[in-house]
Amino acid sequence: MRPVTIELNGAKVVHDIEPRETLADFVREQCRLTATHLGCEHGACGACTVLVNDKPTRSCLRLAVMCEGCTVQTLEGFRDDRVMETLRRQFHECHALQCGFCTPGMLVMARDILLRLPNPDEQIVRRELSGQICRCTGYANIINAVVAAGREIGSAGGA
Amino acid sequence: MKSAKFDYVVAKTVADATAALASAGASPAIIAGGQSLVPMLNLRVAFADVLIDISGIEELRETSLTTNGITIGALTTHAAIEDGKIPDPFRGLLRKVASGISYRSIRNYGTVGGSVALADPAADWPVCFMALGANVCIATGEVSRSQAITEFIESQYITSLRKDEIVIGLHIARSDEPQRWGLHRVARKNGAFADSIAIAVQRDNEPPSIALGGAVQRPFLLAAAARQLSRRGTPEIELRAAIAQDVRANVPEADSYLMRLHTSTVLRAVREMGSQ
Repeated sequence: MRPVTIELNGAKVVHDIEPRETLADFVREQCRLTATHLGCEHGACGACTVLVNDKPTRSCLRLAVMCEGCTVQTLEGFRDDRVMETLRRQFHECHALQCGFCTPGMLVMARDILLRLPNPDEQIVRRELSGQICRCTGYANIINAVVAAGREIGSAGGA
Repeated sequence: MKSAKFDYVVAKTVADATAALASAGASPAIIAGGQSLVPMLNLRVAFADVLIDISGIEELRETSLTTNGITIGALTTHAAIEDGKIPDPFRGLLRKVASGISYRSIRNYGTVGGSVALADPAADWPVCFMALGANVCIATGEVSRSQAITEFIESQYITSLRKDEIVIGLHIARSDEPQRWGLHRVARKNGAFADSIAIAVQRDNEPPSIALGGAVQRPFLLAAAARQLSRRGTPEIELRAAIAQDVRANVPEADSYLMRLHTSTVLRAVREMGSQ
């Protein structure tokens, strides 16, 4: 066990962590933040995507001990985020989810896409979201929602 | 999908890391980005009794561009290269390769040094660095050595790294001559490991260099095809025959599908290079 300090969704947390514990298990099991979903647990599905130091990260591929001193943002930490608010609304409008299992990872990744590549077209969104797997909706509505959110933010004067 | 137990130590310097390797037990492992190692540990296809974390060694993040060439620090991430954070004296080849590796959330952590040290035959960087004639910079303590990547990678996941050595960077000789390149990659899905990936590079007044990776024992240079290509006006049928000769020599297990696949990716890379 090793004491690790992480700024999680704006609050400082200190926990003793076993080196083999992934960030995903840490936020779910120790911090009881269960918006982060675990699908494949080997980096193939993208459901567990969170932000570490503002960069999208597969929390199943990150050891929690390696996050010492980092800021971590899970889906619970975006309540006041304007881009995420737009995405959430467009996911609702466009019917971009059915079971919702992949949605936390989709939203975190989609937000990063909109910040890095403002107002992306469908082709860009398809390419950039290709690491996120959805097993029910199909991808058309998810892509529509991200494109629509990008357009809305773009027309409002930039993200 | 949980790893077996291991110890964890943080190395602050290269000497720290190699000393920890030297004094470790049977199976230490260096971790940088961890984007291959962590899933391999979780799937229990790899084992380590101690992980030595080198991700905080700042000097390994540095890239230097001199008149001799470019030295890319081992901890440079694919995302940093994709975003143009390091110089790319090869007319965008490094950025192109980086942006095709896996997905952004992986590219934020995966490193060039890790990719080369793991030596997955389907990985993109070893193929690129072979085509560019790169040397791998290796260190233990204060002692460093450098070795051509074609010799460094011995087989699937096997390199010449000794137990107490780590990869500290990649060095590529610079050429001010105009240069062209082509890349073609076939994978089942965007971001997946390549079934076949070919990169061709030509600097004016130098013979071309073509590297192939994917479903092979180890990535390799296509010598016969490069010779054929350096003759002006080679008919495509002769180039195809030379590619087939190289693939047969280096991928003896290739069936007719793999022969066609590898031949096509090489041809397409060469055509793209020709159109630049």
